[in-house]
Amino acid sequence: MIHTHGSSILETRNLNIYYGQKKVVRNVSLRIPKRTVTALIGPSGCGKSTLLRTFNRMNDFIDSFHYEGEVLFEGSDIYRSRTDVTEFRRRVGMVFQKPNPFTCSIAKNISWGPRINGYQGDLDELVERCLRKAALWDEVKDKLNDSGLALSGGQQQRLCIARAIAMDPEVILMDEPCSALDPQSTLAIEDLIHELRENYTILIVTHNMQQAARVSEHTAFMYNGDLIEYDQTSKIFSQPTEKLTRDYIVGRFG
Amino acid sequence: MSSSQRWAGVSAWQQWRERTVLRALFFCALISVLTTLGIIYILVNESVHFFAEVPVLDFVFGTEWAPLFEPRHFGVLPLVCGTLLISLGALVFALPIGLGIAVYTAEYAQGWWQKVLKPILEILAGIPSVVYGYFAITKITPFLQTLYPETEVFNAASASLVIAIMVLPTIASICDDSIRAIPKTLRDGAYALGARKSEVIFQIVLPSALSGILASFILAFSRAIGETMAVTLAAGATPQITANPFVGVQAMTSYIAQVSMGDVAHGTIEYQSIFAVGLMLFLMTLAMNLLSQFIVKRFARKYE
Repeated sequence: MIHTHGSSILETRNLNIYYGQKKVVRNVSLRIPKRTVTALIGPSGCGKSTLLRTFNRMNDFIDSFHYEGEVLFEGSDIYRSRTDVTEFRRRVGMVFQKPNPFTCSIAKNISWGPRINGYQGDLDELVERCLRKAALWDEVKDKLNDSGLALSGGQQQRLCIARAIAMDPEVILMDEPCSALDPQSTLAIEDLIHELRENYTILIVTHNMQQAARVSEHTAFMYNGDLIEYDQTSKIFSQPTEKLTRDYIVGRFG
Repeated sequence: MSSSQRWAGVSAWQQWRERTVLRALFFCALISVLTTLGIIYILVNESVHFFAEVPVLDFVFGTEWAPLFEPRHFGVLPLVCGTLLISLGALVFALPIGLGIAVYTAEYAQGWWQKVLKPILEILAGIPSVVYGYFAITKITPFLQTLYPETEVFNAASASLVIAIMVLPTIASICDDSIRAIPKTLRDGAYALGARKSEVIFQIVLPSALSGILASFILAFSRAIGETMAVTLAAGATPQITANPFVGVQAMTSYIAQVSMGDVAHGTIEYQSIFAVGLMLFLMTLAMNLLSQFIVKRFARKYE
């Protein structure tokens, strides 16, 4: 069982997601407690990335996307609320599969989001604070005006995490953040996730089951659009209730 | 049984075919190289005769162009000035509008609109330049005269406007391609930070597409410099150094066209002068193209 102390920060109720006629997420009800790391696992095409991208409405750009059910953030429905979608995206940050720094300096990569959203504070201070939180400061402090694209893949991904942190979000969505990285950089990102869990709610999609086991407290296993099992990570990996989960965990398919 | 008995070796016919394909393709490539070299040879060869009589510095820095009447002057600056006045004037209109069209077609236009916009631009690119020239004289110039009555019958502004229309498709199409080439992941990254559409496009996408955009600008400039027919018809044949777009000027290309069509005897200094002007024009467009390649390399960003 997942104990949601008080309110959950993200929640779906009977969520169905379609791309045109194709149903990619079926009747998923899920409550994500605050300040935890939750892993979404499952074979390719099971709907885990689609579900993740629903939480900050990144699916809006896909013409054939439509849904039924409810997606709640802090209790309010993010699709039906009158609040501007950009406001939700500010509070629910995202880190993508491939590092995607902007074509500008390291400092500007971080300050851009806050600047366009009317951040009032000191941008230099913000840049330093976010780079420190993303464990990148020591490596880049002497070249803040260099292009973000000049960094290594692992550094670029940490820059993207710093960029997400700069918006002061409550949730950070991570869509296979290490799949394009070498083992060393992966380790650095995982360490960072451990640090960040104290202040943020993190949802991470991963293909790497060891990674899910290492970084998350809760794990949701999806298969073919269905949420098969959702429980404490230790329970999912030691004694899953469902046979399908067990088969996937031990690598019988997927 | 060894397998060699079941496989025929490479036949003589196959070997011959491979060699022939290579030779034929090499010949095609050779034609373009030889043509270029031939043109450069002729330009330089005739220019050498010209510069034997007119000192290079007098030509490049001279401010009076009167090649056909005594006393003759071969200062090319009035022609360069005419060309630049018309070309830069054209770019002032064409760059923002062309880029605007590209942003619209690549990012905003939807459905039906998007389907008709590009073909219409391609039609614009297919109209012969003499038609544009005629359009400039019969429509644009009278229109300019209603705005500003002092406008002469032949004037640089009319040529600029019509060239602006001519180079729009080039700019719009290259910018459109380079905007579309920016990966979706980059836009996603910007949207995920709570950015609005125009912020994503103007602050993230366009700076990333800068190399293509600059290249299109330079290509358009090259085309504007080289354009002949429309310029000759619209801007006239008055070589003079002026920044006033409402008076007639003569572009380098117009001079070449004028002399080529007239009855100037071969081997005379007037005849040779068009090769000197042509060489100068060639060097200018060559410099533009090299600059464009440099910019593409310098600003190109690697996306996987």
